Amino acid sequence: MTATPQFLGRNVFDLDDYSADEIMYILEAAKGMKEINLREYKKIPTLRGKTVCTLFVENSTRTRMSFELAANRLSADVVSFQASVSALQKGESLQDTVYTLDAMGIDLYCIRHSSPGSPQLVHKYSGKPVINGGDGRHAHPTQALLDIFSIWEKLGDIRGLKITIVGDILNSRVVRSNLIGMKKLGAEVTVCGPRTLMPSYMEEVYGCRVEYSLSEALRDADVVMGLRMQLERMTEGLFPSLEEYSKHYVLSKDTIKYAKKDALIMHPGPMNRGVEILPEIADSSQSVIVEQVANGVAVRMALMFLILGGKA
Amino acid sequence: MKTLIKNGLAYIEGAIVKMDILIEDTRIALIDNDITADADEVIDAAGMHVFPGFVDIHAHLRDPGQTYKEDIISGTRAAAKGGFTSVCAMPNTEPVVDNIATVDYIQRRARELGFARVFVIGAITKQSAGEEISEMATMKSGGVVAVSDDGKCVQNAKLMLNCMRYAVNYDLPVIIHAEDYHLAGKGQIHSGKIATQIGLSGIPALAEETIIARDIMLAESAKARLHIAHITTAKSLELVRRAKEQGLPVTCEVTPHHLLLNEEACLSFDTNTKMKPPLRSEKDRLACVEALKSGLIDCIATDHAPHADFEKVREFDHAPFGIIGFETAFPVLYQSLVLPGIIPLERLIEAMSTAPSKLLRLPESGIRKGNPADLTIVDLNQSSVFAAENILSKSKNTPWLDQTIKSKIIYTLLDGTFTFRAE
Repeated sequence: MTATPQFLGRNVFDLDDYSADEIMYILEAAKGMKEINLREYKKIPTLRGKTVCTLFVENSTRTRMSFELAANRLSADVVSFQASVSALQKGESLQDTVYTLDAMGIDLYCIRHSSPGSPQLVHKYSGKPVINGGDGRHAHPTQALLDIFSIWEKLGDIRGLKITIVGDILNSRVVRSNLIGMKKLGAEVTVCGPRTLMPSYMEEVYGCRVEYSLSEALRDADVVMGLRMQLERMTEGLFPSLEEYSKHYVLSKDTIKYAKKDALIMHPGPMNRGVEILPEIADSSQSVIVEQVANGVAVRMALMFLILGGKA
Repeated sequence: MKTLIKNGLAYIEGAIVKMDILIEDTRIALIDNDITADADEVIDAAGMHVFPGFVDIHAHLRDPGQTYKEDIISGTRAAAKGGFTSVCAMPNTEPVVDNIATVDYIQRRARELGFARVFVIGAITKQSAGEEISEMATMKSGGVVAVSDDGKCVQNAKLMLNCMRYAVNYDLPVIIHAEDYHLAGKGQIHSGKIATQIGLSGIPALAEETIIARDIMLAESAKARLHIAHITTAKSLELVRRAKEQGLPVTCEVTPHHLLLNEEACLSFDTNTKMKPPLRSEKDRLACVEALKSGLIDCIATDHAPHADFEKVREFDHAPFGIIGFETAFPVLYQSLVLPGIIPLERLIEAMSTAPSKLLRLPESGIRKGNPADLTIVDLNQSSVFAAENILSKSKNTPWLDQTIKSKIIYTLLDGTFTFRAE
C-alpha cells in the first residue's frame, strides 16, 4: 500500500475536513493496519526516520498509549510530552513549548488538550501536521474513526443505520466528532440524555434527532453507544445523583430490549459499570467495547501512514 | 493662532453641508460658505468630511497598573488616530479607580501628555468588588463623570440599589456591565449554535438580560440615570425600549464589533474574536443595527480593551476577553454600515460624537461657533490598513488585523491643535 497524495501533510482537527470518500479510504487503510496488529511481529518499517510527538497537555494514558503504539508499529521515533511533568506546569506557553519541540525535528504532533482549538494552535506555531487526540469538549476525530470502523467492520455499510448515543452529550467530544462522521456516511443518529446535559441547537447543527426518553431513543437502533457520566457534573447542578441518572439512562437488559435484537453495543471508555452501562450489557456478545480499543491503534496507524506518506 | 479648513463637507446640526471653518486658538471662530481670512495654516479639505471629534464613553487605557498593554499616552494617541478627541476611561485599572488619588493621576497625566481629553469614570463599589459603595462624592469632586464597575457586575441587588441611590445624590450616571455571574459561568463565547459546534462553554444571552431587567427596576426605584454598556441582545434592547417608553432615564451603547460580527467569527478559534459580552447570534446583531438606526441605541462606544500579544496568543479559553477599538471604529462602521446604505452617515456621526457627549453631559461637542475646535477630518475615498506596524495602540488585538478598509482619518484636532496627521 502507498499513501495517496491527497492525505499528505494534512491535519486531523475534526472529521468535517474529510469527505465521506476520504473517511472510507481511511477505514480501508485501517483494515490493512489491523492485519499488521494481528501478526506475530507487529511492526513495519514504513515511517522509519520520522518522528511523532504525543503532546498530551491533558492526561489520558489509554489514548496516548494507542497513539504511541501506532507510531511504534510503523517504526517512527516517538517522543512523549506530558504536561504533568513539563515546562507547561512551570508556566510556559503552548506556543513556546511547540517552538521548543519543533526545534527537535518533530514531523507529526498528536495532541490532547482541554482547550478547544488547541490542535489548530499547535499547527499554527509548528507548521507540521497535527492529529487531534481530543480538544476539550470540541472534537475527538480518531475516537470517532475507530467507532465508525468498528461499526463498519461488524455491520458493513453505515448508510441507513440507526445509531443511538446516550449520556452526557453536553460535555462529550466523542459525540460531536461521531455525529459529523456518521452523518457523512449516511447514518441516522439519535442523541439521548437529560435536558441539562443536552446542548442547544443539536438538531440544527448536526442534523441528528434529540430524545430525552431512553426507550424512545433506543427504539429499533442498530448501534447503541453509552457515554461516561462524570460525577463532577452532579456538583455542577446538572443532575441530582448517579443513582437517579442510572435509573433513567442506564443501558441494561431491560432498556436495550427496545433496540434491535442484535444491536451493537459500544462505549468509548472508561466505563462506569453500574452507572451508564451494566456488566450484563458491557460484556455481552453484542458488545464491541474491547475491540474498539484494538481498532483505535489500527485507525491511528492508518492516519499516520497517510499523513506522513508511508510506503509499505 | 488661526487654522482655516476650506471646502470640507461638515457635519453641522445633524446635516452634512459644504462649509469653511475658521479656528482661532482653541475654538471655532467662524463657519461660513467661503472664508478668506488670513490663517497660520490652511487645510484644503475638498472631497473630505469634517466631523465633530469622536467621543468614546467606554475605553480602557490600562493606566495605572497595566501599562504594558496600553498607557494614557499610547491610548490617547491611538484614539486621536481613530478620530477621537474625548475618551472616558473605565475604572478597572490597577489599582481600581475608586479613590481621588487615582482620579487625579489619570487627569493630570492626560492633561500633560495626552492626545485626547480623558474623562474618568469611577468605580461603583470599592475595588469593583461588589461589596461596599465607593467614595463617589469625593471622586465626583475630583471630576468623575459617571460610575461603573465595568468588567464586573454588582451581583447583590440590595447593594446595587443603595449604590444607585447614592449616585443620584451626586448626580452621577450609573453605567452597568450586565452579567449574571452564575448564568455566565465559565462561558467563553455566546451560548448558541457555534458554542455547541466547537465545544466552548457558552455565555447565555440571559446572563445579560436578567441583570438589565433587574437594574432597570432598581434604577426606577432609585430614580437613577442608568446607562447600559455594550448591549448585545434583541431581548436586552426590548427591555430598554420598554424602559424608554415609560420615560425612564435609561440609555445604552453598542460597540462596533457587536454591530458587525456574530458568533460565527469564533469558529476560527481566533482569540481576537473573544470579548465580553460575547459576539452574539446574527439575529441579535441585526437587532443592534436596527436599534442603532432607530435611535433606541443612543451611541457607539468602542470598549477599547488592549491586551498584549502574549496574553492573546493562547488557547482560546485561556486568553483574556477584549479587543482594541479606537483606530478601527469609524472605518469598519463606515465600510460595513454606511457604504452599503444600512445606516446614514449622519446617524453614524451623531452616535460617535454629539450623542455620547450629551449622554454623559460632557462639555458640548459639535461644530458650532464658540465650541472647542475638536474636529476629525476624514477622506471617505481613501483606505486604511490595520497592519500591526501601523497600529498606534501598544496592543494589536483586533479581528480586523491586516484588513484594508475604505475611509481614512486624515487629521484630528483637539482644541484647535493637531493631535493626528495621516502620513
